[in-house]
Amino acid sequence: MTSSALLSVVTFVYGLAAFLYLTSWIFQKETPGSLATWVAATAMAGNGAGILLRWVESYRQGIGHAPLANLYESLTFFAFMISAIYLVIERRYRSRVIGAFVLPLAFLAMAYASLSPNISDRIQPLIPALKSNWLIAHVLTCFVGYGAFAVAFGVSLMYLLRKGRAVGSLTAWDFVKPVAVFASVTLLGRILQLHSWGGAALIGLGVCFVGYASAYLYRRLDPALKQRLLDRLPDAKMLDQLSYQLIMFGFLFLSAGIITGAVWANSAWGRYWGWDPKETWSLITWFVYAALLHARMMRGWHGRRIAYLSIIGFMAVLFTYFGVNLLPGLHSYGAMGQ
Amino acid sequence: MNQKEDVSADLAQSIWQFFASLRLTLIVLLSLAVTSVIGTLIPQNESPAAYFRTYGEFLYRLFDVLDLFDMYHSWWFQVLLLLLTVNVLVCSVDRLSVIWRVIFVKQPNFSVDRFRQRKNRREMFVEKAPERIRKSIVRAAGSGFARTKVEENDQGFVMFAERWRWSRLGVYIVHLSVILLLVGGLIGSIFGFEGYVNIPEGETVDEIRLRNSAGTVALPFSIRCDDFSISFYASGQPKEYRSRLTLLQDGKEVLEQDILVNHPLRYGGINIFQSSYGEMGRPAPQIRKEPIRTAVLTFTSRQSGMVYEQRLDVGEGVDIPEGGGTFLLEAYEPSAVFRGQPIGEALKGRLTPPDGEPAEVLLPLRFANFDKMRKGSFIIAVADVEPKAEAAAPPEKRFYTGLQITNDPGVWVVYTGFVLIILGCFVTFFMAHQQVCVEVTAVEGGSQVAVAGTANRNRLSMDTRIERLAEHLEKSLGGDKP
Repeated sequence: MTSSALLSVVTFVYGLAAFLYLTSWIFQKETPGSLATWVAATAMAGNGAGILLRWVESYRQGIGHAPLANLYESLTFFAFMISAIYLVIERRYRSRVIGAFVLPLAFLAMAYASLSPNISDRIQPLIPALKSNWLIAHVLTCFVGYGAFAVAFGVSLMYLLRKGRAVGSLTAWDFVKPVAVFASVTLLGRILQLHSWGGAALIGLGVCFVGYASAYLYRRLDPALKQRLLDRLPDAKMLDQLSYQLIMFGFLFLSAGIITGAVWANSAWGRYWGWDPKETWSLITWFVYAALLHARMMRGWHGRRIAYLSIIGFMAVLFTYFGVNLLPGLHSYGAMGQ
Repeated sequence: MNQKEDVSADLAQSIWQFFASLRLTLIVLLSLAVTSVIGTLIPQNESPAAYFRTYGEFLYRLFDVLDLFDMYHSWWFQVLLLLLTVNVLVCSVDRLSVIWRVIFVKQPNFSVDRFRQRKNRREMFVEKAPERIRKSIVRAAGSGFARTKVEENDQGFVMFAERWRWSRLGVYIVHLSVILLLVGGLIGSIFGFEGYVNIPEGETVDEIRLRNSAGTVALPFSIRCDDFSISFYASGQPKEYRSRLTLLQDGKEVLEQDILVNHPLRYGGINIFQSSYGEMGRPAPQIRKEPIRTAVLTFTSRQSGMVYEQRLDVGEGVDIPEGGGTFLLEAYEPSAVFRGQPIGEALKGRLTPPDGEPAEVLLPLRFANFDKMRKGSFIIAVADVEPKAEAAAPPEKRFYTGLQITNDPGVWVVYTGFVLIILGCFVTFFMAHQQVCVEVTAVEGGSQVAVAGTANRNRLSMDTRIERLAEHLEKSLGGDKP
């Protein structure tokens, strides 16, 4: 079996694991839960094996580089990091509900890598700018960080769900929020796939409609049932603490990722910092999480505000990762001699 | 003290407070994040004409006034960075002056009272006298802790253990490294330079143009480009750009080295990077007075290793031996382009394998091994051409190598900052000043043992530690819960 075939299979195993986690949470059954753990662990092992196999294949083809050199390879590694970090947390905190919010992210990353027609799964030789020992260190540290931020994002969503919200009069925030959600989904759609803003806006509308419709239905649920669903979520305090710890972990690795990138840039291009869009966006992400950590450590911010900051931070991560391709004057590694 | 001094002291105090405030930190960090976005949306440092075309007159003037075309070097962005620096400095000094005494205390003052109110305090009863359990308690509670202390009292004893007191410094290490990064950047921009130069093969330069201004800089040595070569993968992606450079000082050769992307040359504090390349002059046909009419080609079989030589006129075809199909020499191209890359003079042919689609084959005269990367069953190369190029004209198209040349005395300051920021973050996030206290009091029939701990960060892990310690003591000492 080739690595890309193996990784396509892994995509579906992730999908199954996500489905089982969700089922076990919603229907409150233990069996799909413990099954979900095994399926998720299998998916992670398969994912890791796929990455290693790809490494071997690249040597067999005489190309010979670590499989961390293009979008397909980074997405598969991203999914691997998300599931690895999640499984450690599951073991440590003995809570499977988090999986219902995190495993879908790993599934989406793999599905995007495997199914998108824009992403080639061919093993390509390295262009001159990427031929460096820093490649592995840079991509590894960045994606450990991104993985931690992704899991923190899932946990922050859970926190907001768990905390619910005080039902009261409408505020300006209630009008801003749907617009913000619509705008971010549209932007994400445009970045990831669609080549026209119209199509992306359509997707944005659709997602918002489905999202808000399900939120509405959820609110109309039998309060007792709703309470039971919420009760199975981990304690809000623990979620808050967990996302904080994940963000500290991610921040350390994001810093290391930016630093290895800077040192590499200094040996490839002769400057460690050049305000290139990708560099700048990674710094923006760093600023957002640095603000979060300061607010939390020094001003004792907790709960909802930290959860919102964590979501904003993850949006910045996504933009750093994918969105930079949209920007004008983007830097490309093949820019030499053109 | 008169009133005037009082007012100015107050003013100084409130300015200090302003710069020491965490609110300022948050505002500056988030402002930096938000404003940085602008520079990624508007391409930076392009020509005014290009901006004018894109944005129209009004927006162009507006953006120009706000310095948005070079915003990361604009006065207001520098002010934000300066604010961050001052904020970091003042905050650190403000808090360090208090924390210093805590960190570098000779004889740490442990007090039992601090531990009596802890939420994580666990108590148990042990059916042994205090002195009989003392050894095992000291061993269990003190394991992993650098400093332990036992205080005797009338009813029993109190044991303290602590570690990582110095980890309170971690956050200041991070702050120091942020300042190092900014200072290093400043040193680089004041005392260093960033320039570029294009050197045609065989020529020597000792002066380069600066990147961010119109000026030039004279180098302490001169650089000769002996050769430039480029190679491609079968897919057409560039594989390697290589320049052979010789450095000369006072006319003497001091260093000869090949540079590649990611393998720069460093000499005397000056770094030379492979950055671009190109062809000299316009693609003009006058180098060769007449186009090539006849070529001698070699076909090297990959399978047998045999080399077949064949003389062909342009427009003529030939059957390749060993059943390799047919080859048609289609045309001579004075300046061919391969996947967007100029490759100079080339012969263009069409190869039709016995079973398969005909494919175009380019044979640049400059790169003898060019056809190897096609990975066909035959490697085709040009051995000779007629008519030959005129001796008066340059024998072949010349390439130039584009070099980025920098000198940055601040880079080691920045790198020190890099190392410290990682160390500091690690210490701040994953270590804490932890203290554990075990209080043992003699009671009738045994001892009352109480365990509690404090940490300046990450209290949850301290709580788990205390719980584990209590469980361990209960098991090993045979205690009961009260």
